[in-house]
Amino acid sequence: MDLSAINPVLLIASLMVAATPLLFAAIGELVVEKSGVLNLGVEGMMIVGAVAGFATAVESGSPLLGFVAAAGAGAALSVLFAILTQYAQANQVASGLSLTLFGLGLSALMGQSYVGIKPPQMEKINIPGLSDLPVIGPILFGHDLMLYVAIAVIAAVWAVLKFSRIGLVLRAVGENHDAAHALGYKVVRIRILAILFGGACAGLGGAYISLIRVPQWTEGMTAGIGWIALALVVFASWKPWRVLLGAYLFGGVTVVQLNLQAAGVAIPVEYLAMSPYLITILVLVILSADKSSAPAALGRNFHAAR
Amino acid sequence: MTEVLLSLKGLTKAYPGVVANDSVSFDIGTGEVHALLGENGAGKSTLVKMIYGLVKPDSGEMMLRGSPFAPGEPRQARADGIAMVFQHFSLFDALNVAENIALGMENPPKMRDLASRIRDVSETYGLPLDPYRTVGDLSAGERQRVEIIRCLLQDPKLLIMDEPTSVLTPQEVEILFQTLEKLRAEGTSILYISHKLEEIRTLCDHATILRLGKNVGECIPSETSASEMAELMVGSALTPPERGSRVFGDMALDISGLSVPAPSAFGTALRNVHLTVRRGEILGIGGVAGNGQDELLSVLSGEVLTQADAVKLGATPIGRLGPVARRALGVLAAPEERLGHAAAPDMSLTENAMLTGATREGLVKNGFLKWAEATEFAKRVIKEFDVRTPGPENAARSLSGGNLQKFVIGREVLQRPEVLVVNQPTWGVDASAAAAIRQSLLDLAAGGAAVICISQDLDELMEISDSFAALNEGRLSAPRPAAGLSVEEIGLMMGGAHGMEVAHV
Repeated sequence: MDLSAINPVLLIASLMVAATPLLFAAIGELVVEKSGVLNLGVEGMMIVGAVAGFATAVESGSPLLGFVAAAGAGAALSVLFAILTQYAQANQVASGLSLTLFGLGLSALMGQSYVGIKPPQMEKINIPGLSDLPVIGPILFGHDLMLYVAIAVIAAVWAVLKFSRIGLVLRAVGENHDAAHALGYKVVRIRILAILFGGACAGLGGAYISLIRVPQWTEGMTAGIGWIALALVVFASWKPWRVLLGAYLFGGVTVVQLNLQAAGVAIPVEYLAMSPYLITILVLVILSADKSSAPAALGRNFHAAR
Repeated sequence: MTEVLLSLKGLTKAYPGVVANDSVSFDIGTGEVHALLGENGAGKSTLVKMIYGLVKPDSGEMMLRGSPFAPGEPRQARADGIAMVFQHFSLFDALNVAENIALGMENPPKMRDLASRIRDVSETYGLPLDPYRTVGDLSAGERQRVEIIRCLLQDPKLLIMDEPTSVLTPQEVEILFQTLEKLRAEGTSILYISHKLEEIRTLCDHATILRLGKNVGECIPSETSASEMAELMVGSALTPPERGSRVFGDMALDISGLSVPAPSAFGTALRNVHLTVRRGEILGIGGVAGNGQDELLSVLSGEVLTQADAVKLGATPIGRLGPVARRALGVLAAPEERLGHAAAPDMSLTENAMLTGATREGLVKNGFLKWAEATEFAKRVIKEFDVRTPGPENAARSLSGGNLQKFVIGREVLQRPEVLVVNQPTWGVDASAAAAIRQSLLDLAAGGAAVICISQDLDELMEISDSFAALNEGRLSAPRPAAGLSVEEIGLMMGGAHGMEVAHV
């Protein structure tokens, strides 16, 4: 066992990379749930985003274009969910589950010819001076663009929900859709927009795995991150900054346990592999012991009785 | 009436199977308080929804200040100076007062400015309110203030109020009326929907009466008697319940020194409650919602257990018996909340009849359900209490409030109780159904049962009860004979106006 091989600076830098897919997926789902919709299809939208982003990046040679395509693909899949639940009044839980199953199958089909290919690399940003700083440089200024985009999305969602009128209306729709309707707000339209946003974010999260984190395409490579994102939203009490905290915690424990495995610690690999899930959930459960604030209309379908 | 603010001409709206409004026409003058009277289902709500832009009329037109007015959505109606206070509050529990108010405004100012404007307006109209409190923690009266202030901040020309007084004490009603008087003096028109006739007689300048979607008459309320208006509303003369002469028998139920801690953070503790009720007697218990009514009912029904001898049926201590054991002894209860407490919304009427009638009507044998008998029992309730429903296989949720209430009360009355406890037996029920329910309680008492009627409708309590007591913060006042009590005395027994000030007019 050789723990000295673990470099703390690299560890922190790589935990941020490991957490980013989760961050994207969870902040998207947070917005969806704040509008009162429960979309269990996060995993499906992520994997479809992963394969669409990968294929586009390989064909075009541009990883950035890949991310755009991934967001589009995730949103496109969520349209299916939006039509089912908002117009056809289908059950949200069942629709979300089937979306995941559908996404997993569809991505396997789409990705067949891309197995084993290496995608074009996304360049790390390089700010002369800052990026070369010891310790701080690699942690704060040595990542790819999308990692910063994820953090910016968290900040933007927090600010919009807290300070803007759109955010207030979104929360109102998720809280009491009948009252929002009575006041003249377009419940269905607002929810569809939220679902699309959630789909796009999940797609970005998936593409981050296939283009940057891994980077290659294998079937089912999201490996349950979508489900972790769903749990994260609940345990983070629907608060954006807690989502960031939870995601980094999860990423951190994941990276640490991988390093420990590599260092040959005398703990069975199975325990190490389950530790990120256990620790993240444990910490967030303790955090969410305060008044849990689920949107009151979460998972309830809205039908304007006219 | 001065000039006409809003004029409705031949408004018609049909839903599949029912015409909600059939060419309704009337005018609302500037600075006029116009009453819209009618029973449940008469089409009042549909009509105001058309004015507020929530529903589009099939035909007919509206004129606002002489120009055509056809709001496609509430936003448009609000822009034209129309504001509405909803019957079922359209508030968001998890948001605070200021956020709730901002949602109802077109161009809300910054939160801080809005908060100070809320303080100003609530001060001016005597409706004290803290803009940063979470709405979920407010009482019904305070929630209504939120709705009213939301409307007032938009400087409305026409304020629509849908059954505003059903949740208020007499003193709170008084304050609301003063606010409305002030608004009228400022030239605001008010469309006031209610089926409480006395209120309309004191407040309103003009009344339009709807029955089955049609305008069946107009009157000047102050010059028309309540019974004349009731006749127009119901379409036939309403027979007030007959009391008959009753003989009081032995002590039926006796509660002494009962104290129960509050069941939850939002509940009320009962403090040293004494009450006795004799066979053949109806004890009316008044008080503002949230002063221990629900807790008293659950102590009487057996949902909350107490010391054995705190509650006695005759000489038998029953404080430690649960609801089923009490039902077997003849102590029955019908709680306030129809959907969810008194009845299971998605279960059929037969199943609902079985849920409380199983013990006394023998609807269960060796743990198996006797469906034929249960259906028979449900049919009997439907028939004897004139519950309007296609049959007992319909879900409780599908019934209108009044019909479900008749079913819930009838289900208990037909089980021949020794003691019947009811909470808000006619809440949200139209006049004829309410009269039927009250009559059934009187008949039950005439048959020798003891009845405890907990209600916030004082007219109702005065109409049926022999003695009256009031709950205030979990304490029960000493019962007094109901005959001869004045409204002021009752108001004082209820604790006066709860932390409310009279408008600074």
